Amino acid sequence: MTAAATALPVRAVKLPRNRVLPVLMIAAATAAIACGFVDLAPNRLVSGRPVMLWQATASGYTIALAACGAILFAAGFAAPRRWLAFSAAIVAGAGLIIVLAAAGDVAAMLSAAAPPAARVSLGAGFWIVLACAALALIDALQRADAGAAVQFLPAALVAAGFVALAEGGWFDALSLAREFATRRDVFAAAVLRHAVLVAASVGPALLIGVPLGLAALRKTRFEGPLFAVLNLLQTVPSIALFGLMLVPLSALGQAVPALRALGVGGVGPAPAIIALTLYALLPIARNTLVGIGGVAPAAIEAARGMGMTSRQVFWQVEVPLALPVLLAGLRVVTVQAIGLAVVAALIGAGGLGSFVFEGLGQYATDLVLLGALPAIVLALAVDFLLRLTAAALGRRYAP
Amino acid sequence: MIEPMIDIEHVSKAYDGRIVVDDLSLAVPQGAFCVLLGPSGCGKSTTLRMINRLVDFDSGAIRVGGEDVLLAPPEALRRRIGYVIQSSGLFPHWRIGDNIATVPRLLGWPREQIDARVGELLTLLRLDPAIYRGKFPHQLSGGEQQRVGVARALAADPDVLLMDEPFAAVDPITRDALQVEIARIHRETGKTIIFVTHDIEEALRVATVIAILDKGRLAQLGTPIDIVENPKSDFVRGFIGAQGIGLKLLSVRRVGERMRAGESADGKPISQHATLAEALGTMTEQRRDRLPVADGEGRVVGVITLADLVR
Repeated sequence: MTAAATALPVRAVKLPRNRVLPVLMIAAATAAIACGFVDLAPNRLVSGRPVMLWQATASGYTIALAACGAILFAAGFAAPRRWLAFSAAIVAGAGLIIVLAAAGDVAAMLSAAAPPAARVSLGAGFWIVLACAALALIDALQRADAGAAVQFLPAALVAAGFVALAEGGWFDALSLAREFATRRDVFAAAVLRHAVLVAASVGPALLIGVPLGLAALRKTRFEGPLFAVLNLLQTVPSIALFGLMLVPLSALGQAVPALRALGVGGVGPAPAIIALTLYALLPIARNTLVGIGGVAPAAIEAARGMGMTSRQVFWQVEVPLALPVLLAGLRVVTVQAIGLAVVAALIGAGGLGSFVFEGLGQYATDLVLLGALPAIVLALAVDFLLRLTAAALGRRYAP
Repeated sequence: MIEPMIDIEHVSKAYDGRIVVDDLSLAVPQGAFCVLLGPSGCGKSTTLRMINRLVDFDSGAIRVGGEDVLLAPPEALRRRIGYVIQSSGLFPHWRIGDNIATVPRLLGWPREQIDARVGELLTLLRLDPAIYRGKFPHQLSGGEQQRVGVARALAADPDVLLMDEPFAAVDPITRDALQVEIARIHRETGKTIIFVTHDIEEALRVATVIAILDKGRLAQLGTPIDIVENPKSDFVRGFIGAQGIGLKLLSVRRVGERMRAGESADGKPISQHATLAEALGTMTEQRRDRLPVADGEGRVVGVITLADLVR
């Protein structure tokens, strides 16, 4: 014990060893007490009144969530151990599932007692508690220093729990699920269209961006002008870029019937794909330049000296060594494209953005969420998978 | 006369009008350990890299094993010539075994032959194949990495080994061990080695022949003894260091040349391949003026005295 500590007249308050978990749990508890867990509205278009978690459902959920919160709060004060972090992860994961289940159950109870037009939507309390549980799970996994496969497991388990509850009709009374039910037939098509927009722009962006980055690397003279143009493109707001393409592309579609038959026009997927491709060029070209340019010169010198052809040097030495950086670039552009593709619905490109703009037009928040949430989940899933891949490669090639 | 293994004839090279190699001619006989020695910027590295065409020369001709290097594609030429660089240049994403197998794989050797060869080379470099074959380069020390670099260069059994300041980046103790090692490998394999360094001590320790370069020209060519005893110009005299000339002389002569065969003495024997400088060091350390001399197998074959050193 240090002299300063013994000199204190009163025993100092014991500080948590892990401050993240207690802070998260305090935030969750505050939100659960102060904000409505769900909102009950007489119909789809008016705003409702908040309903607390314990006001509408069996007390089991409240007790279970409070118990999870208390355990995680206390875990912040225990000496850090791997098994403790794993246990915290399990509790946080269970908390996530319980929050979801509680939301479904609350909605079922409230709508059973309300007229058919009444809507139960998710409230601030639900979102904050859900976010805190998710962050606690992430924090615990990081502290457990879990490998890639172990990190994947809880994400898969929570997703499986969600799907099982949804399949069992657990959420059917929620407004969000009702919006989904009325659009069930177009939802899958919208997700697919969204994925196609992203793939159709990231693919060409790789085919153009990687050679551009390589060209900048081999001919330094080319680097300045190239990145000046790409940076400029990046600063154009997406809506403006969509608008700018309206006139030239519709003219092109008019002039060339064959292209028009392929869907090229002022509105629709063509301008969206072109704009998303342009936005993806800078990160891809930049990461190609930095990644390939960052490969140890000694490895390349040795590869040439051993008698590898330029092609062999590129594929056997430069690309594998730059792969973590290249994957990081791919991650950035894919996540970025998933977000931007939402905006592309404005010019009739379809995808999840169509729900968002429809919902905005009708002032129906849950319809906006029906578009926004899958886009977020898609972005997180892609980010997570590519991050795991890059981390696995990075560990192997670590200098 | 036997065809030299490496024949450099009137070769010149300029970068943007600045001449780095100036009408250089140098013939290296088969089995020689030739050190290209000189200050930085003297063109020694460029000369080395012209032999395997990592650098193109402007005029003149280079022949390796009697064959003009310009005749074959550069990749084919390089696969026939071992190449070791300063910072090992091991591929960090490949295991040690795969690193060593680089050239045999490029040449399309069958799997079993490559595996056998990798084991053989690790053993030659005193690295246990069972331990090292499956490791990644970052798990090895600098000295071990450099050994693997040498093993990789020897993989396809090339006649010629080019080494570009191979030991410049390792610590002095490791460097000493690696110099002994490369001299042993040279004796055992009979390869023709071209070795670039700016370190005169290193050159005297390993070379059978030294080529001193100055401003892209050959300043002097000779055995280490020649160079130290008869420097031809002020530049050479200055470069090998006029002050320490006596000690340099001791470091180019071997104990075997001066020992009294048949006699015997007390104490720990010194190898007959050791230099006179090492013998002097051992005498000083042990406070003796006579040391027993042992041959390669450790048998005592004679004696060397303090007086023999200065004879």
